[in-house]
This record gives sequence, C-alpha cells and structure tokens, in this order.
Amino acid sequence: MNTDAEATAINQEIDLHQVDSIIEPYIGRKEMIIPVLQKLQEHFGYLPRQTMEQVSYRMHIPLSRIYGVATFYAQFKMRPRGRNIIRVCKGTACHIQGSPKIAERIEENLAIQNGETTTDLRFTLEEVACIGACALAPVIMINDNPHGRLTADKIKDILASYK
Amino acid sequence: MYEKHLMICGATGCISSGSRSVEQALVKELENHGIRDRYRLVMGGCPGFCEVGPILVIYPDEVFYCHLTPKDMVELVEKHLVGGEIVERLLYKGPDVAVPVRFYDSIPFYAKQKFNVLHNSGIIDPESIDEYIMRGGYRAFTRALTIDSLTICEEVKESGLRGRGGAGFSTGQKWEFTNKAPGPKKYVVCNADEGDPGAFMDRSILEGDPHAILEGMLICGRAIGSNEGYIYCRAEYPLAIKRLKIAISQALEYGLLGENILGYGFNFKINIKEGAGAFVCGEETALLASIEGKRGIPRPRPPFPAQSGLFGKPTTINNVETLANIPLIVREGGAAEFAQIGTAGSKGTKVFALAGKIRNTGLCEVPMGITFREIIYDVGGGIKGGREFKAVQAGGPSGGCIPTELLDLPIDYDSLNKAGAIMGSGGLVVMDESTCMVDLARYFLSFTQKESCGKCTPCREGTMRMLEILNRITGGFGNPEDLDTLDSLAHSIKDSSLCGLGQTCPNPVLSTIRYFRHEYEEHIEEKYCRAGVCKALFSYKIDQERCTGCRACVKACPVDAITGEKKEPHEIDQGRCTHCGSCIEKCRQDCILITRVGREADVSN
Repeated sequence: MNTDAEATAINQEIDLHQVDSIIEPYIGRKEMIIPVLQKLQEHFGYLPRQTMEQVSYRMHIPLSRIYGVATFYAQFKMRPRGRNIIRVCKGTACHIQGSPKIAERIEENLAIQNGETTTDLRFTLEEVACIGACALAPVIMINDNPHGRLTADKIKDILASYK
Repeated sequence: MYEKHLMICGATGCISSGSRSVEQALVKELENHGIRDRYRLVMGGCPGFCEVGPILVIYPDEVFYCHLTPKDMVELVEKHLVGGEIVERLLYKGPDVAVPVRFYDSIPFYAKQKFNVLHNSGIIDPESIDEYIMRGGYRAFTRALTIDSLTICEEVKESGLRGRGGAGFSTGQKWEFTNKAPGPKKYVVCNADEGDPGAFMDRSILEGDPHAILEGMLICGRAIGSNEGYIYCRAEYPLAIKRLKIAISQALEYGLLGENILGYGFNFKINIKEGAGAFVCGEETALLASIEGKRGIPRPRPPFPAQSGLFGKPTTINNVETLANIPLIVREGGAAEFAQIGTAGSKGTKVFALAGKIRNTGLCEVPMGITFREIIYDVGGGIKGGREFKAVQAGGPSGGCIPTELLDLPIDYDSLNKAGAIMGSGGLVVMDESTCMVDLARYFLSFTQKESCGKCTPCREGTMRMLEILNRITGGFGNPEDLDTLDSLAHSIKDSSLCGLGQTCPNPVLSTIRYFRHEYEEHIEEKYCRAGVCKALFSYKIDQERCTGCRACVKACPVDAITGEKKEPHEIDQGRCTHCGSCIEKCRQDCILITRVGREADVSN
C-alpha cells in the first residue's frame, strides 16, 4: 500500500530531459545498463518506472531486460525512499554480537520492517550484508555515518538526531 | 620540508570510531599554535588494529597513539609536537603489556605478523603515487616490460602463489592458460566484490595501497597479452573507489597507464565497474555477466574464462589480495623470496580479518602455516571479557567452523579443506559460549538462500528447504530425523549446484553438525538453547542469591517484565519477557541466568 507521502513522491513529474541527459553518454553501449541505472537512482533516489521506460526507448533494450537487471541487484529500489537511510549490518561479526536485537529495536521505534519507509518519509530501514566495519560490531550506518559498538538502548537517541 | 609526518588512520574502521573529528581537532590545534605548515598530515591507510582506533602514528619519532578523542589533541600538540615529550597516557596499553608501549615493534598484536601485502598500508599516503614509487612501487612492472611474457607466468608459478579469493588455484597457471589462449583481445579483471560478511581485507588494501592493485593488473596484462582491465568493486566501498580513481589518473599522468607505456609499445587501460549488490557476483562467471550489463548469473564451466571470458574473450580474473602480491613476486628475486614463506602447498602470507568475540579486532597479515591458536591468542589477544573460546568461523558463508580441539591446525589451503572449512577470502569470526552454533548455521544459510541467484534448482530449492528445517529447529519444533535430512540435502546441493555459491553453502551446516552435534540434539530433543540465542528455547531467570537489587535491569527492561524493590532480589515475569537481552547487558552481578523453558513449572508439578 502506498502512503500519502509516497503517493506524492510517485506522482511527481519526472523530468524526461534530465533522464535523457543522464542516458545520453551511454547510448549505443548496452553493457553500460547498470551504470545508467546507478546514475538514475543517484539522481531520483529510486528508479521511477518512467525512467526505466526511457532507458529502454533510448538505448534500444527491452524493458523486461532492464527490469530484470534492476530487480536482480539489491542496490536498486523501485519505491521512493526516506530522507535518512538506515543500513543495519547483518554481517557475521555483527550477527553474533547482537545485530538482530538492534534491528528489532529500530523496527519497534519506527514501526516499520526491513525494507520499509516511514509514512513521513523520514527513515528507510534496510538490512545489508556487510558494511566491512566488523571490528566495531554491531554497526549501523545512517546515511554516510557509521554508528559502531551499539547496544539496543542507544538506538532511540541516535534516531532522534536525524530529522 | 616537513618536520614530522602525522598519519591518521582514514580507513572505515577508524572513521567509525571518530578519526575524522580527531583529524579536525588536530588541524585546529596546530593552527592555534601557528605550526600547521611544519607537519605533513595524512589521512592514510589502515595499520590494521581497528580495536584501538582512532590511531595516529608520528614519524620519524615512531610513536603509535591510540584510542584518541578530539579532546586529546590539545595535550598531544602541546606536549609532543611543541614540547617534544611523549604523551604516555595515549600510548597502547593492554593486559598483554606490562607498561605502555610506543611503537609497532613492541605491541603484541604485531609481533607475529609479517607485512608483505600490507607493507605500504598505513605508511604511505594512498593518494600519492610518488610515495608508492619511493617505496619501490612500479619497479616490478618496469622489469616485467623487459622480460618475456611466459617468463613472467613462469615466475608467478614458481613462487607458488595461489588465488586469495577462495578456491586457491595457482595464479601462474591461470595466467599461462590465458596467455596461450588464441585471440588478439584479452582482458584482466580484478575481483574486488568482497562480499563475505565478516571479511574486509580487500577493502583495506584498496583503500591503503591502490597502486599495488594497478601494478598487479599491469603485470598481469603484460603476462597474458592484454591491453585492457576491469576492476569490479562493491558500490558499498565508496572510499576504495575514490582512491582507485585517483590512482588511475595519477598513473595515466605518469605514463604508467595508457598508450606506449614507458616507450615499450605496451598499451593498457583500466576501467572501474561498480557492483550493485549481489553476493553471487563474487563468482567469476557471474561477475563477468555483471560487467557485461546482465543479471549476475553464473554459467557452467568449461569453457573457463581463460578461454572464453569477458565479452567472449580470454580473461584472467584475480582477487585483490592476489594482485597485491604480484609486484612483490615479479621484482628481482621476488619469486624465490616469496616461496620461502609459508608451507609446502601454501606459500606467502595471508591477510585475515579478525572479528567477533576477540579482544584485538582488526586486520592481520601472517605467514601461511601459522596455527589458529597463534592467531587467536597471540595476535588476537584471546577472547573478549575473559569468556571461553567456542569456535572460529573461517571462510564466511562458504566456510566452516573450527572448534577448540582443532586450534593447533596450521592455516593453509589443504588443512582447512580437510577440516571442512575453506581459506575463503580470509574472514575469521571468533565465537564464545554466547554464540549458538545452530543459529549460526541458520544465519549463514539464510544469507546464501537470499543470495542464491535462482538459476539452478539444487541451490535455489535446496537452500530454502534446509533453511526451513533450521528455522524449525531454532523455533523449537525440530524432529529427530532433521539432522539426517539436513545431511543428505547438504550433500546433494554440494554435488549438484552449478557454481561455487551452491557448492559451498552447505559447509557451515555440515561443519557445525560435525563438531557441535550435541547442540543440535539439545535444540531438538530438550528444546534448549544453552547460549541463550534461540528465543523460544530458554528463559531468563534471576539468581536470587546473587542479585543485589540494584534495579539496573528493571530500568533496562523495555517491557517492564522485571519487578522488585531496591536491595531486594528481582523477579522476571516470564509472561511478559520478550527475551530481548537488555537486562543481561546491564547486569553488573552477572546474576541473570539462561535456563531451560518452564523448568520451574516442571518442578512444581
């Protein structure tokens, strides 16, 4: 189900000129489909359907193939995401040092599950395989800021510092 | 000229512990004293000892400061840099040293290490090609330009180098296959898609010494007759990608990349491809598909990439650490020197990422053949919090666990295979008695199940069925025949999966059953998880004798399940308790016990 905020985000006008200028340098290079999608996601925050259609049209690649690639890789998102992205590390070191408890506490605090976004688009919660900061397990990243050596009771204050 | 070099660790571990704000505080303090321009400040590579970060090393004084905070910078600048006196308070201290020690050579963590691959990391500025060249960089490549391509392959073969990405195939042989494959166009691919949860050595090499990777690729290009290379790097490693891009532009500027390099008529260009998050892309054929812009799905081999790889052309794929070894081998006399280190079948050094319940977490580079005991107790400083060692997971989701009785096993490719683990990329996650081995197996399988690409049935369906059984066991609904079913499923998946992911993913389950069968049986027959991890299979109970009534747990409990007056022993309401473990983290008397579910009820009945 789409929330109001999400619906507004989805219905926003996609500027196809911008999409075209992102695609332009890659036309004729079908092997560059992943970098194109990465650039589009960087710009729009996710991959709106119209952008993928435009890639298909301009690069002469079937939409089914683009959708196939986009859904294969964890990085690509099909729905708008929150202003702050919480990445909970679910690597081995984090797992045995209590990352499930950390994830649970965040879910309770924000009333969302893994992969979901809060209705006010403030947070998106994602579980990721490994951030590579195993020495500081358990770790979460909010946007580009790592928070290491966590315990569940620190979560509330950390979340409060992101608007 | 600078008076001193100040090296702050700028790798992800230390940045997470706050090294950026330490750097800012240091700059501000230097400016306050008006002495900023007397020092060269480098936010450099990783000295490996993440546990004690943020780290600052001062040269030429050879002083290693650790556990720094921005506030410490006032004293550090005033006392050390202005006053010339070492700040003893900020030196390395630990239970393994009698007095605070000042440099690498006297810190026990470094005593058994041997720096080959990491010899530049933390020493040079990774964003300066000059510093790399000053430390002997690109010398092996210039030598490679003057010798025959098959001689290079021969030297790499002689060194005994085996691939550091997992399977351990001879690197020199791989190169020779690609060299001899027909066709004018060939590719060199660097696999920097380090996806094993619990391994971060490749990232550290990329961040700390990016030119070593470029040089390794250039030498490979020369050896196999290729003029183009790709680095496939995880998008989750933005700093590594940034440093690689800087390194490439510097090498182009110095004429070490591009057309007619150093006048020898050799051309080479390097492209960077950012991965998009798929563990299976660490598998070589899946990685190639991903570079070609497809879904990262493996294909059957043969043909091997050495015959038909990227865009159908002969291709050599090497892992980051493998390539970082190349410049050391191809320099004058390097192969023989390399072969002196290690065991009969496994030469050289290996970088390991130490993590989990170990005191000294971080990266270490040790000679092959060292034992697990030495790594865990001498380098790693033993188990955190004085607990008992239980097992160490070697090789991530494709590997297996090594129990106490195998601690004296030498670490090399063949011994690890025999023990049911693999070298893998080199992640070592140490576990103590608070880790449940059944949950660990379930965790790894849930990871591989999610990451299975879905192409072949044994892996797609088999991992799902195994995961369902493990979920049942950890949920308290295990059946006695489950262990046999797991075993037979595991062997079918290993035998019939298409790629390395499927062929190795049952390893964690098989090795935990092999060494910790009693824990599985306890879960299944007694419905009891002794580690206190599987929530349905234990209860928390407060030891009435030891509880001092400090109320720390009462305050910590998020569901108000703990009651009791101050200075009176507390009680847990089992109906409300969610087994979140917040109380156990806060209890100072260690009086919250893990007990069998409903044990008291049994007694009263």
